Amino acid sequence: MVDQTDHSFSVDVASRGDIDSVQGLKAEARNLSFFYGAVQALKSVNMPVYDSRVTALIGPSGCGKSTFLRCFNRMHDLTDHTRYDGEILFHPDNVNILRKSVDPIEVRMRIGMVFQKPNPFPKSIFENVAYGLRVRGEKNRSELADRVETALRDASLWEEVSGRLDSMAFNLSGGQQQRLCIARALATGPELLLFDEPTSALDPNATANIEDLIHRLREKVTILIVTHNMQQAARVSDYTAFMYLGELIEFSDTNTVFTNPNSKQTEDYITGRYG
Amino acid sequence: MSNDPQAIRRLVVLGRRYDRLFAIVGMMAMMVGILTLAVLLAGLIHDGAERLNWDFFQNFPSRRAERAGILSAIVGSSLVMLITAVTAIPLGVAAGVYLEEYARRNWITEIIEINVTNLAGVPSIVYGLLALGLFVYALDFGQSILSAGLTLALMILPVIIVSTREAIRAIPGAIREGAYALGSTRWQLVRDHILPYSTGGILTGVIIGLARAIGETAPIITIGALTFIAFLPPSPVTGDFPFLSFEWLESPFTVMPIQMFNWLSRPQAPFQVNAAAAGIVLVAMTLLMNGVAIWLRVRFRNRIKW
Repeated sequence: MVDQTDHSFSVDVASRGDIDSVQGLKAEARNLSFFYGAVQALKSVNMPVYDSRVTALIGPSGCGKSTFLRCFNRMHDLTDHTRYDGEILFHPDNVNILRKSVDPIEVRMRIGMVFQKPNPFPKSIFENVAYGLRVRGEKNRSELADRVETALRDASLWEEVSGRLDSMAFNLSGGQQQRLCIARALATGPELLLFDEPTSALDPNATANIEDLIHRLREKVTILIVTHNMQQAARVSDYTAFMYLGELIEFSDTNTVFTNPNSKQTEDYITGRYG
Repeated sequence: MSNDPQAIRRLVVLGRRYDRLFAIVGMMAMMVGILTLAVLLAGLIHDGAERLNWDFFQNFPSRRAERAGILSAIVGSSLVMLITAVTAIPLGVAAGVYLEEYARRNWITEIIEINVTNLAGVPSIVYGLLALGLFVYALDFGQSILSAGLTLALMILPVIIVSTREAIRAIPGAIREGAYALGSTRWQLVRDHILPYSTGGILTGVIIGLARAIGETAPIITIGALTFIAFLPPSPVTGDFPFLSFEWLESPFTVMPIQMFNWLSRPQAPFQVNAAAAGIVLVAMTLLMNGVAIWLRVRFRNRIKW
């Protein structure tokens, strides 16, 4: 564990010439490696996550982008025989959230996640959105109702479900279920929201809705999104990272990555030559 | 291989013939089971129906077959089942949840898993012997309702553990991840998600276990249930403070299958009628329990579709 370097992040950021260093940092991966048993899935990844911005992770299947994303809320702790190496500094408190002494539950309380397939609980719409608050011990009914409504409005779902908050979440369409999951993650006011290919199970219409939403949400929350769809990355993100075989090949503002990539590999990928 | 339509037709006709042949064989195989059961039930009803009246349920056993009833056996069976349910359900469900959600996968849990599954196949009389040594003598519970209930609880514990684990395993991993991602602790996950979503499966296992326990004779005989009980256990509710009494736990008792066995072993024909009548009641009780299990399964399955 490299605790001594915890306070040196600002120097590091300023020294990056290629990216807008005015924007604050929300998190930063430093020499992050990850192992499933003996298999190394991430190889010493260094990458910043800028505050109130959308950062997209792209790359071919199996390149480690989802693995990387799941390091941020310590999801890998749920699987046996996994190991992190290196650090993810989380700001403003500048703590390495991968440290053994940091409780993963505390991390997940501050960093929300939306999954590939909509995974609402088999409960009512209201209870789905309220669950994160209940986990935090919120019992006040009017407070719960207020925050559920706000979250549903933020996820642009309120208009569609306001009359049937007590009906089962499973009765919603796939796209609505995914927005419900976004509302569920938003309700607790996370500082960073992780999206793991959130539209891969949705039709084009629902996908457009979600993309719209993600683009607007960056006012409220920092977003890190994994996508296999390069157009999506281009549409919703401010920064884009290209990963390949567990390594971060390129990180830059989205415009640069798509119009003038540094690396030959990135160019080959975004022009569709492999992946 | 030719594309001659005649050849294809002949092939299809031949194939169809085997198809029909197996349908008939399968139907007959099924009938063997169904008809045997039907004949057994019909025989039981034919022999015992005449004794099935209100008195039969209200009377204690008697030396005169016409006046003998199953009151003490029904009360005994119900109380033993109560003890069994109260002890086996929390233990079995907690063990199942622990094995699925908490235990790390290693060789110790592997061994425990294999043993739990094997325990379900241990002959019930072996449980009776264990209980005789443990509950009756070592713990000095005597030949009581408590001993019998705990014995049967021990016996159906593996059934409940296995069905709990199966019900929990049916919950998609995405639900677990969703709850954890919101900051749930393991216990919050279990309380708010795992248990509510697996209730149907767990209850089904519980009822199937209880239905098996209510018909068990061997382990109850082993721990020394009496065959002739002409009194009821002390009432659990009393007139004096604290209004609850647990004396009934220590009371001698009999249960339905033992009552039935007792009547069957008598040479006089009228007692055979009693045995058949008790058999009808016992079968009705197990069918009712299985019916409830099916109803619960359908009800919960309709509510939650993954």
